[in-house]
Amino acid sequence: MAIVAKPSKFAKFGRPTLAWIVGLLFFFPIFWMVLTSFKTDADAVKPEYLIWFTPTLENYLNMTENYDYWRFAKNSVITSVLATAFTLFVGIPCAYAMAFNPSRTTKDVLMWMLSTKMLPAAAVLYPMTFITKSLGLFDSHFLIILVLSLINLPIVVWMLFTYFKEIPKDIIEAGQMDGVSTWGEIKEILIPLAWGGIASTALLCFIFCWNEAYWTVRLTTTDAATLSKLIEGNRAPEGLFFGRLSAVSAAAVGPIVVLGWFCQKQLVQGLTFGAVK
Amino acid sequence: MGRIVLKNVTKSFGDTQVIPPLDLTIEDGEFTVFVGPSGCGKSTLLRMIAGLEDLTSGYIEIDGNDATQVPPSERGLAMVFQSYALYPHMSVRKNIGFPLRMAKMDQAEIDQKVETAAQSLNLMDYLDRKPADLSGGQRQRVAIGRAIVREPAAFLFDEPLSNLDAALRVGMRLEIGELHERLKTTMIYVTHDQVEAMTMANKIVVLQAGVIEQVGSPLELYHKPRNKFVAGFIGSPKMNLIEGAEAAKHNAHTIGVRPEHIEVSTTGGQWEGKVGVAEHLGSDTFIHVHGIDGCDPMTVRAAGDVAVKHGDTVFLTPQAQNIHKFDQKGLRIE
Ligand SMILES: Nc1ncnc2c1ncn2[C@@H]1O[C@H](COP(=O)(O)OP(=O)(O)OP(=O)(O)O)[C@@H](O)[C@H]1O
Ligand SMILES: [Mg+2]
Repeated sequence: MAIVAKPSKFAKFGRPTLAWIVGLLFFFPIFWMVLTSFKTDADAVKPEYLIWFTPTLENYLNMTENYDYWRFAKNSVITSVLATAFTLFVGIPCAYAMAFNPSRTTKDVLMWMLSTKMLPAAAVLYPMTFITKSLGLFDSHFLIILVLSLINLPIVVWMLFTYFKEIPKDIIEAGQMDGVSTWGEIKEILIPLAWGGIASTALLCFIFCWNEAYWTVRLTTTDAATLSKLIEGNRAPEGLFFGRLSAVSAAAVGPIVVLGWFCQKQLVQGLTFGAVK
Repeated sequence: MGRIVLKNVTKSFGDTQVIPPLDLTIEDGEFTVFVGPSGCGKSTLLRMIAGLEDLTSGYIEIDGNDATQVPPSERGLAMVFQSYALYPHMSVRKNIGFPLRMAKMDQAEIDQKVETAAQSLNLMDYLDRKPADLSGGQRQRVAIGRAIVREPAAFLFDEPLSNLDAALRVGMRLEIGELHERLKTTMIYVTHDQVEAMTMANKIVVLQAGVIEQVGSPLELYHKPRNKFVAGFIGSPKMNLIEGAEAAKHNAHTIGVRPEHIEVSTTGGQWEGKVGVAEHLGSDTFIHVHGIDGCDPMTVRAAGDVAVKHGDTVFLTPQAQNIHKFDQKGLRIE
């Protein structure tokens, strides 16, 4: 009989159990939020209605009728899509150059790009508000798209760089020998070969844009306000409108949760930089 | 037309100089082979000609035009890589037609040229397959097809056969040789297999540590190696180099005799030694003989039916007209 490694008891039963516990722990707040969103504001704070209550759509109807949910949603879609597109448009050529034509300082530039993520956003809040207001960009789609792009560019370039690195250099060089221009190389060879990686990166970038709350809340009032702003606007200091707040939050995170659900595999690959195949 | 001239070309990676100043001219239509030990800079030199590697200093001319700053895509050269470097997402047909599509040739003409190339390379049955579904030899043929459709000024090959098994290698060697006969286009071929070098080349360039040791036809290199390095590098088994008293008799620091230029006898001769290992190949016998002054072991190539074994005493006599003489610095003395 061949000798094969037997999975330990832990691997067989312990790990799945642990995974379920962790998964449920993470899922619970979302579940609770959705549950609460079907309660009236009054019911939401009463312990006797914790589980058993009369479900109502009041909060959702209220939201679309009185708070203009669709405008915020539209802004979220516009800014996230355009910011993702712009980030890739800049990030792909950038990562291509770094992966296939590195110079002595490429590694340092990559590290430096990442280091910009370490700057506390609050440190530049005042100058940002001041400058954008005086330039007349405050509360504009353009500003939000620009800010979202710049925030995500470092991570996008890093991810693309790691994916591009996996393409054999010979193939890129063969393209050059075959008479392809740089843009032709990107279009005909790089993008088709790195398609999976680019898609994961785009997805992740889109999610980051959608979820961004610090700047979108602070640099908008109405015109370019995204769903993050809508949630923030429904936060009453007394904390009495839990039903309403839950409905708004559920409607804001809903699209992205559904998207994430369908693209799980891509996302895992993206977040682990392609290490999991 | 594909005359390539390198003038004073150098290459450094960081602080290490890989190619010291080097001059070389490759005539139009020539089959030139770069040989040399691993790491001597053959690939680097080829890639500099291709434009894939910048020159640190110097000047490259293709067809009489300065090409030093011209990007690879505009040099009009085709390259066949050791790894084949086919485009994995394209079918064989698309791979071969790719350079033509990039040159904006119209589709009907592309199709026709791809068919012609595929026919000459026996690839007709595989045109719609992806590279992943081909054998190594077929992939190599696709890579060659992709190079020939462009009708380049010159072909560059970087060890194109080293990933193939021995039998296939011989076959492809002949095919590339025939291709050269047919197209008469300049070819530069990098290898460290000296059988490939000897059989395919019009001109061999022997490199060591980035320095050209000798340039010449295969037979020139075989009969008149310019120095000890070339003498030892060209020819298989290697030339026997003998120092000391025997060399002094010829007024040289070192003398060299090829294994095939030594007569073996069991009764008498110039040098006496004992057989270490006798390798019987059928057609030939390679005998490694110990105990000869200044060269241990000495290798001899004898007929296939020579019956010697370990421990036998043999007598060796070099053919006087085939003794190479080298001075203190290892340079040839005529
Ligand atoms: N990108 C690089 N950075 C630093 N050194 C390099 C680089 N490419 C090559 N070298 C060095 O240059 C020298 C020549 O390399 P090259 O690849 O030209 O050798 P080669 O003759 O083709 O060898 P082989 O027969 O093993 O392919 C080697 O010492 C190698 O280490
Ligand atoms: Mg090499």
